[in-house]
Amino acid sequence: MTSPVPPADTGGGRGGIFDRRETLAKLLIAPAVLYIVAMIGAPFVLAILYSMSNATTGDPSLHLVGLRNFAAALDDPVFRIALRNTVVFTLLSQSIVIVLSRVLANALMKPFRGKGIVRFLVMLPWTAPISLGTIGWLWMYDSIFSPIDWVMRYLGALGTATGILGPQTNLYWLGVPGLAMASVILVNVWRILPLATVIQLGGLSSIPKDLIEAAEVDGASPWRRTLMITIPLTLPIVSIAFLFGIVFTFTDLVVVYVLTRGGPVHATQVLSSWTFFKGIEAGDLAQGAAISLFMFPVLAMAAVFILRLARRTEVV
Amino acid sequence: MGRVEIRSVSKKFGETRAVDHVDLATNEGEFLVLLGPSGCGKTTLLRMIAGIEIPTEGEFVIDGRVVTDLPPRMRNIAMVFQSYALYPHMTVYRNIAFPLAARGVEKGEVHKKVEWAAGMFKIGKLLDRKPRELSGGERQRVALARAMVRDPSVFLLDEPLSNLDALLRTSAREELRQFQRRVGVTTIYVTHDQVEAMGLGDRIVVMSQGKIRQVGTPMEIYQHPADTFVATFVGSPPMNLLEQGDTLLGFRPETFFPADAVEGSEGAVTYPFEVTYLEYLGAERLVYGNVGEKSHGRHVVSRLPGSLTIPLEAGKTYPFAVARRDLRRFDRKSGLAVKGESA
Repeated sequence: MTSPVPPADTGGGRGGIFDRRETLAKLLIAPAVLYIVAMIGAPFVLAILYSMSNATTGDPSLHLVGLRNFAAALDDPVFRIALRNTVVFTLLSQSIVIVLSRVLANALMKPFRGKGIVRFLVMLPWTAPISLGTIGWLWMYDSIFSPIDWVMRYLGALGTATGILGPQTNLYWLGVPGLAMASVILVNVWRILPLATVIQLGGLSSIPKDLIEAAEVDGASPWRRTLMITIPLTLPIVSIAFLFGIVFTFTDLVVVYVLTRGGPVHATQVLSSWTFFKGIEAGDLAQGAAISLFMFPVLAMAAVFILRLARRTEVV
Repeated sequence: MGRVEIRSVSKKFGETRAVDHVDLATNEGEFLVLLGPSGCGKTTLLRMIAGIEIPTEGEFVIDGRVVTDLPPRMRNIAMVFQSYALYPHMTVYRNIAFPLAARGVEKGEVHKKVEWAAGMFKIGKLLDRKPRELSGGERQRVALARAMVRDPSVFLLDEPLSNLDALLRTSAREELRQFQRRVGVTTIYVTHDQVEAMGLGDRIVVMSQGKIRQVGTPMEIYQHPADTFVATFVGSPPMNLLEQGDTLLGFRPETFFPADAVEGSEGAVTYPFEVTYLEYLGAERLVYGNVGEKSHGRHVVSRLPGSLTIPLEAGKTYPFAVARRDLRRFDRKSGLAVKGESA
């Protein structure tokens, strides 16, 4: 006689909540959905509604007035300056960031003494709060006590009759239109550079060493290796770094707000700062919402490209 | 064209010597195989010939020109990597054309040469594909075509067959050999697979721990190993080594037969062979067992052809013999071969 097979131990009942896939899946995804709806979806819808209303900070009730606010924004010369400044600010700082981050990443790929410290220092601006870092720069750019000016005066480039930067004792970094824009761009580069460098490092180290060696043996000069192998192979990931930087820069308020408040005479005014001044400080919520929505098409396009590239890097 | 001289080359990585005072020269047009276990320095040596790795000491001379300090692109060598290292973003055509484009060869000429190389390796239909769309065997052919397209003076191959499955490897080995004969370019080939080395090489260089143990034709390496390392590394199963006082007595498993099967037993040495284990492999039988007194160095293997159907059983002892001309002697301390082969 064969012994009876004992029944499988089912643990009793039909299992707890963790055994029901359908319910568990919904439960796990709920926080993400909630977050997107509450923190991204609702404000976005609200912004669209406000932009078509006459709401102010004093009276935020919604009375729809059509597209009047958009027309008013386009008519405003300051808006047009801000739009142009935003494009210049974003593209210039991103171009500089891409070049510098590649140089830094290339250097950090090689082994050298003190590499750990250099890597740490490169990452430092990213870990500091933006506002604190920018306040530090505010002092660097101070109209009278700027340490940069001290050094220039010490070197004789400033404050002497023969100085290449002029006979005046200070450069007034944030007080001269062109120089103010350059100063703001420099701080933004300083801030975005660490992330871009880390992304570029990731891209470079993902290229198999064999490929570079094969290209060397195949007779390619260092230039040709860079142009034909390294750049094409890192292009998807570099584009992602570029687009991320564009999104960060395009929407950034802090650097401009802390350093120049858009001045002198709107010379560094960008869309986000103009939105803030118009919508919050001046109280015209509807105008502010309309101005901020002009950023949407650019950001949406950047998002689409980022997602596409992200998929492409997976394939290669 | 195509003579490589390696003069007293060493390579240190930190404290370890990956390559230790190696002297070697190729003959023109020969197929030279560097054989050794992993970590023996064979790949490092190849990479130094290519110029990817810089030697700590010593000199490399290619075609009478000292190239030690020249970058890879100025050495006129071609190399096939174990991973093939095809450029993933380029089509097969552009992969093969790459070395030519790097030398500034004119477009029409590039086209002709790529077609020629693709024809030679039968990959003409794949020219528009990307490497990721190719099978392992196809990738290997593209890598070979890319290496050959530029008429190198030396052809360096780093285990190019190890990523292929067993069946493909055999046919690829044969093709590679025929192809090398046809173009006659000096070839240095690195492998850890002794079957590959025996089948491909005009000469084999056996390496271990950064040093060359023996250089010779496959027959010399197999028949007259220079030391016990070569004796046991080449051949499967390896050469039997019997302790006999200060010397080790070596003989190949296929020379160790049942005594009655050895013709003219006056030229043979007979041992009582205590069989412990038998393996029937179809074409042959492997007989494992012990010889002589109880000691460490008495375990031997006999490899009998399938045609020899003498019944053998584990646990029994049979008289087995090996012809005197097949016996090799090694110094027990140094492991080096001792001249004079009579036992």
